[in-house]
Amino acid sequence: MTLETVSAVDDRTPSGPLETRWTRRRDELALVGPAHRRRHTLLVIGAGLAGASAAATLSELGYRVRCLVFHDSPRRAHSVAAQGGLNAPKNYQNDGDSVWRLFMDTLEGGDFRSRESNVYRLAELSARIIDHAVAQGVPFAREYGGYLANRSFGGTLVSRTFYARGQTGQQLLLGAYGALAKEEHAGGVTLLPRREMLDLIVVDGRARGVIARDLVTGALETHVADAVVLATGGYANVYYLSTNAKASNATAIWRAHRRGAAFANPGFLQFHPTCLPASGEHQAKTTLMSESLRNDGRMWVPRRPGDPRRPEDIPEGERDYFLERRYPRYGNLVPRDLGSRACKAMGDEGRGVGPGGRAVYLDLSEALGRLGMDVLRERYGNLFEMYQHITGDDPLKGAMRIAPAAHYTMGGLWVDYDLMTTIPGLFAIGEANFSDHGANRLGASAMMQALADGYFILPYTLAGYLAGATLQPVGEETPEARAARADVRARVERLLAPAGRRTANDFHRALGRLMWESCGLERSRAGLEKAIDEVASLRDTFWQDLTVPGSTGEVNQELERAGRVADFLELAELMCRDALAREESCGCHFRVEYQTDDGEALRDDERFSNVMAWLPASAGATPECLVEPLHFESIALHERSYR
Amino acid sequence: MKLTLRVWRQPEADAPGGFLRYTLDDLDPGMTLLEALDRLNERLAAAGEPPVAFDSDCREGICGACGIVVDGRPHGPVPGITSCLLPLRAFRDGATVVLEPFRTGTFPVIRDLMVDRRALDRVMQAGGYVTVRAGSAPDANALPIARDAVEGALDASTCIGCGACVAACPNGSASLFTGAKLRHLGLLPQGQPERSRRAEALVAASDEEGFGGCSLHGECVAACPKGIGLGVITRMNRDYLRAVLTSCVT
Repeated sequence: MTLETVSAVDDRTPSGPLETRWTRRRDELALVGPAHRRRHTLLVIGAGLAGASAAATLSELGYRVRCLVFHDSPRRAHSVAAQGGLNAPKNYQNDGDSVWRLFMDTLEGGDFRSRESNVYRLAELSARIIDHAVAQGVPFAREYGGYLANRSFGGTLVSRTFYARGQTGQQLLLGAYGALAKEEHAGGVTLLPRREMLDLIVVDGRARGVIARDLVTGALETHVADAVVLATGGYANVYYLSTNAKASNATAIWRAHRRGAAFANPGFLQFHPTCLPASGEHQAKTTLMSESLRNDGRMWVPRRPGDPRRPEDIPEGERDYFLERRYPRYGNLVPRDLGSRACKAMGDEGRGVGPGGRAVYLDLSEALGRLGMDVLRERYGNLFEMYQHITGDDPLKGAMRIAPAAHYTMGGLWVDYDLMTTIPGLFAIGEANFSDHGANRLGASAMMQALADGYFILPYTLAGYLAGATLQPVGEETPEARAARADVRARVERLLAPAGRRTANDFHRALGRLMWESCGLERSRAGLEKAIDEVASLRDTFWQDLTVPGSTGEVNQELERAGRVADFLELAELMCRDALAREESCGCHFRVEYQTDDGEALRDDERFSNVMAWLPASAGATPECLVEPLHFESIALHERSYR
Repeated sequence: MKLTLRVWRQPEADAPGGFLRYTLDDLDPGMTLLEALDRLNERLAAAGEPPVAFDSDCREGICGACGIVVDGRPHGPVPGITSCLLPLRAFRDGATVVLEPFRTGTFPVIRDLMVDRRALDRVMQAGGYVTVRAGSAPDANALPIARDAVEGALDASTCIGCGACVAACPNGSASLFTGAKLRHLGLLPQGQPERSRRAEALVAASDEEGFGGCSLHGECVAACPKGIGLGVITRMNRDYLRAVLTSCVT
């Protein structure tokens, strides 16, 4: 298949030595003076780690910030559920770490499908995040001497992950939430809870506001601003079952895409190997068990397919520690894409365990003998409790059962080096954008990116944009705002119109199954082509057979769900188209047609060393794609090797 | 497994509410209470009836969005967990389970089991943080902190802000919530410069929001899904007293 390339896009990457690019870019960016900052109103959508850190920092600088969240409080954002930790190359362990190594690990972990300049900047800024979080009072784990402790995550040979038990995301989010609370108190941030962004207002080609629905009264609100920042997270919930929170959705970024923002690498989605296995149709979501458990836990399956014995009854010699066997150098700490695929392979070979035979064991008994119960509880206490609450089993008796599940989306809105989308004035930060993680994100990097974007990058680049932009006055009655409001009203009415028989959840489950089968851990041309048709047909059925009780002028959670599912049904098709167009395997994107003799991903650097950014298309039409070539100066591309 | 759910239904804040009874007879003991409510809601929606509104999101006990009074207890009969993790195996087959919203004056009902807990955010805004600007911090290891202090701080900052403590308290006090934040920051050296000011500000904000005073019933501790103990309240009282006395002297 040939790609219809519209043009290469300008990613604004600075030139010159990698190590000085961010400094140079910062020096080039124009500043907005303190008195002028007060005159700018900025909209931040979402208040997870990216949104809260951005909103608070912009307010500290003197901008007027309005922050919209669909939760009742910003402290609920799904960043709260991140468990294992946050990377920074402090080299406190004296184990050879450096900015360069974190940069290389991230680039290689992403299978060379990310921008060198962005990744280097991320590695460079990560140390400052730790400094800032400690100053906020985030209680990271410490050694007895009072200095910070570290652990290891997948895809690295050093210990650079800072953590607060298995609840690092919660603690970092409370830090950012505190900063946001401080700025609300100071009057710089106006936080509007229980508001869902349903459209973007674009005036003169620039993002100038959003239409949001008040989830309590149902009123449609128009919020205008000088720039809009989307910090609305990822879209792993396309699969219905994922580690994301139930309400995590793609609506904000998808509506921005429909207004013209290019969507990059939509098919790059990470499956996390260590999640609790799915247990039945009733199940609301899958729950993550932190990757940090792979520091001390060993993954295995019985050698004999269909072995009915309990794990503790299977002797050592009859176990296959498949990661240690396949990847002796990294062992249980391989990156997530390899770990997940290896788990799937065990299931395919009939050696999976548990009901359905799709799970594997994660076994801490060796570590229990080596370290003792107290140390393990200190490191992972809350994870053990969570496992016990959900499964009813003791994780330290026998072995835990785990399986891969949809977890994180590397794809997202295309942004340039300044984190601006293809719509001027519209910025995307955190998981909502595509940058930095390539085709596979390394563990403990999501929070690092979200906070680097919010605390240390966006505040500079947004100023650069504002200083150079001539902005016309815009109000609620500006024609583009009225038109966007009318579009939203029509869409909401359309959702309420069909008097069908199936709920939004029912369609969502069907979509999830379809995507898991065809656009999941493994993809094939035939499967993707079929899935594109099936998604389209499911979408048609959705609009005919959907039922949404109630009206728009009240709390209506079914209406909220239906709107989100409607957008997932459009996004899913684009994910399949992207996966079909990328005729190679890289990172999490594994096309069965392109693999090495060892069954590893086979990249095609000649044709696909690039970012594919899709432009919106009308329903049924094949969208056009912008192709941004990736250049690698610091390293010769090679096959990733964790063996 | 079969359960009868008696659910509080209230269309909006100012409308009268009442209990409605629903029977579900195809449940699995491994399901959670919220998954049972999901099932009920799908049936109601398919029948064109309004589903039961309730807040929930992460479904793993960390976001603090969910909060239902189950048989008279916030988050239900199993200690140490949130409503979203409450397994049906905690109930006897055939039982009737009563579901109500958190009932306390400071958390007005929005609809059914959904309440407005923004008062807790407003208390935090008064000073539940360290005042530090992004970019101004020294190296993270410049300040060694005793391990016990950090572990104690984390035991308190594990609070998820669900509000069960307020709902459980006969006085509607938010002292466990407020005390947890004061203990978190009060145990750490970063929190010292604002320690007194923070204690005064949080206590004043809590009063202003209408949260009651603490008379050490301890119901909050029984309801807390994160195991936060009464010690945080004792500490809050000490910090507050110290702050007031100090400001009298100076």
